[in-house]
Amino acid sequence: MSDVYEALQKIVGKDYVSNQTEERYFYGRDPGLMPPHEPDYVVMPKTTEEVQEIVRLANREKVPITPKGAGLSLTGLVIPQRGGILLDMKRMDKILEVNEKARYVILEGGTTHAALKSYLIKHYPHLRHSVPDSPPVATVVANAVIHGQGRLTQQRGFNSDMVSGLEVVLPTGEVCRIGSCAVSQYWFSKGPPLPDLSGLFLGWFGTTGVITKLGMKLYPCKKIRDVMLFLTDKAELVPEIIRKLTHTEMFEDIVVSAQPIPLRFKGNFYILVYMTADSDEELEFKKKMAWDALWVYFESKDGGFVSVTPDMKPAFLAMPSKDTTRFADVSKGGGFEYSGPITPIDNFPIFIKKLEEKAEEYKLFYASSARVIDAGHSMMFSFSYTFNRANPDEMKRAKKALDEAAEFALEKGGVIWKPNINEQQMIMERIMIMERIDPNTLKFMTSIKQLLDPNGIMNPGNWEAK
Amino acid sequence: MQQKNYASQIHRCFRCGYCKFPTDYSSFNCPSYRRFRFDSYSTGGRLWLIYAWLKGEIAWSEHLAEILYACTTCKNCTEQCPMKFAPDIVDWIVGARSDMVEKGRIPPRVSRFFEAVYGYGNPLKLLRSDRGAWANGTKIYAPGDEYLLYVGCLGSYDENAQKMARSLVHVLETAGVSFGILGNDEECCGNEIYLLGEMGLFQHLAEKNSQKFKELGVRKIVTLSPHAYNTMKNNYPAFGGSFELYHYTQLLNDLIEKNQIKLPQVRVEVKVTYHDPCFLGRYNNIYDEPRQILQSIPGIKLVEMERNRRDAFCCGGGSGNFITDLLAGSADSPARIRAREAYETGADTLAVACPSCLTMLTDAVKAEDLDDKLAVKDISQILKELLSAK
Repeated sequence: MSDVYEALQKIVGKDYVSNQTEERYFYGRDPGLMPPHEPDYVVMPKTTEEVQEIVRLANREKVPITPKGAGLSLTGLVIPQRGGILLDMKRMDKILEVNEKARYVILEGGTTHAALKSYLIKHYPHLRHSVPDSPPVATVVANAVIHGQGRLTQQRGFNSDMVSGLEVVLPTGEVCRIGSCAVSQYWFSKGPPLPDLSGLFLGWFGTTGVITKLGMKLYPCKKIRDVMLFLTDKAELVPEIIRKLTHTEMFEDIVVSAQPIPLRFKGNFYILVYMTADSDEELEFKKKMAWDALWVYFESKDGGFVSVTPDMKPAFLAMPSKDTTRFADVSKGGGFEYSGPITPIDNFPIFIKKLEEKAEEYKLFYASSARVIDAGHSMMFSFSYTFNRANPDEMKRAKKALDEAAEFALEKGGVIWKPNINEQQMIMERIMIMERIDPNTLKFMTSIKQLLDPNGIMNPGNWEAK
Repeated sequence: MQQKNYASQIHRCFRCGYCKFPTDYSSFNCPSYRRFRFDSYSTGGRLWLIYAWLKGEIAWSEHLAEILYACTTCKNCTEQCPMKFAPDIVDWIVGARSDMVEKGRIPPRVSRFFEAVYGYGNPLKLLRSDRGAWANGTKIYAPGDEYLLYVGCLGSYDENAQKMARSLVHVLETAGVSFGILGNDEECCGNEIYLLGEMGLFQHLAEKNSQKFKELGVRKIVTLSPHAYNTMKNNYPAFGGSFELYHYTQLLNDLIEKNQIKLPQVRVEVKVTYHDPCFLGRYNNIYDEPRQILQSIPGIKLVEMERNRRDAFCCGGGSGNFITDLLAGSADSPARIRAREAYETGADTLAVACPSCLTMLTDAVKAEDLDDKLAVKDISQILKELLSAK
């Protein structure tokens, strides 16, 4: 193994590879509840060529490789289950090109959402991308690989839907371009009009290759951004409220929040309706559309818009939302995790009920922040529980609550978002059980993996049928 | 002091990584993370590793200690962390260092720093009897003087910082300020000793200095270094030392406003950028006075670096790193990055207000081969040149 270490040093330079206890400890964990497993080496490549050399070395030596962005999935997706090489991509952080008229950016595989946001504000203030609420160090590529969501998800779908091209180092070391960039200098499409091969890499958690460059669609950034807050205490009305709001086709983002503390929040559902505009008139019109859409609830006294005071607005409008991260300190313990099924919106009332039940049963603080996806085709519902990292019993209870919530969500027709390795097994078992789904799907997935990664070196343990 | 409670709080870090950035997320603003790029060198990495060490999940190692001591305690993390415990982060790091010191498990470079201060009264290991040699006849403080000018270890011994001290003396004398220095009787202020976690030695220095100042009847202290300003203002009161504290830029700005320093009306036509020292800015909220001095000079055009004020990027010298140099040896060393950032503004002068920053950035400008394009000058040096040109 010392040969591997020396070989890695030759590839990336001695400053950018470590086999020391401290790096192995840190990179063997994430902030969630999955058990740790340490890598043997942590490596930080700078170029696609270096990634290729590392992958070839790993194939030669049969050493696993786990590519990592910021490691913020909370579900242990980049905990290297079988050790080997942890590929920290964050030195590959260049923004290579912005095509202003075609509205896309090409960036390297470790570029953070923070860097992209800041770059666009400075150089292209009329363009924006879909900023997720994960902390700013989350990388654009990793977020796309887990089918992340962001501020434009209500309008444009999953962040992975906004990908416009890929450069991938395949598990065998070859570089491959996916989408229009395979035949053209332009990165405007990840598939059409060609066969869309991007699906071989998005959603696979790095088990089918290392994405070294990514094209991401950009969208108009309007001059004004605002938020309205609709409050109801009837969970059963939420799906119809969302249907009415999405019918207007007016809103940037729609998020439904629920939490029991402070006490005034308990039993209420806060529907945050975000909107953008280029003029006060446009903004007022959109606000009026929201009022008109939901007036019926005001009349029936089932809900109403709550005034968002100027001191509340910055927190609501922040991108990313620091409040999402602050949830980790509710128990003064540095931890939270959520099981986030993607589900039809109709499931909202039963999911909220289950969220509260499990919190009660396991004596946990909970929160939920459900984001509407793609005009209401689905939503990401988060079963979020906080825990104290210094309280092993609370960590166990949180894990049980999450596991049971995930199982419930699957039973009710949801599909778990960024599932941990145990949840992946649950999903794959369900694929086998549910005869209305082609029983060959699992076999097909396994065949694809086997074809792309014959030595099984890429993030092993993930999407792996037992 | 929160540092005493760190062991019961440190697990609260979620390692979200906000601490790595400035407010606008434009780059990485944690000096040690920017230098090494392993997450273990970020604040979150450091806190998780300390917690692992406390729990016995990892053993002490020199590498662990170096990760801990590579933190410059610049407080960028404190500014950016979204959690309620944000103000305590540096105290937690100091607390962990203090435990390592008590167990005798610290990096050799830090150990040598302490030994030098124990033996010589300064971290540069230079003779106590030479401490006042820089002063060249500057008046020794006597009861009745309005200010004690506290020069500090770098101002007393480091060649660049000595020039800074002499310039300040010249400006104060020209303005007719009543002040004196301690010369060979001056002791280390202990700011770095505190941050490096040697609490026994720090207490000794704080008590000794406070006692001496009291015996001399000192009421107002003006410091050359923001580091001394910080510890005397914020740590000394707990050890019986309560004095009116001024950083020299505060005093000079006041003198200019009161017209006690009469600036010549000759336009100097210089483009200057200003580097905020962490112990003046983030620690003590002093951002305006140094800029006001520069803007009061006819012809000077002040241009800001992208990262300024609360978002200023540390030169890498804090927490004794101007001596221990744990962040050196790379084009990604913070001082070299900062020198490039200053050069990118188009400025021909990089103004500083701290002897540590002066030393770090002067060396960095040379390492970047920019020394004929970008002059690094302390604000008192800029003023002295102006007043001497009259």
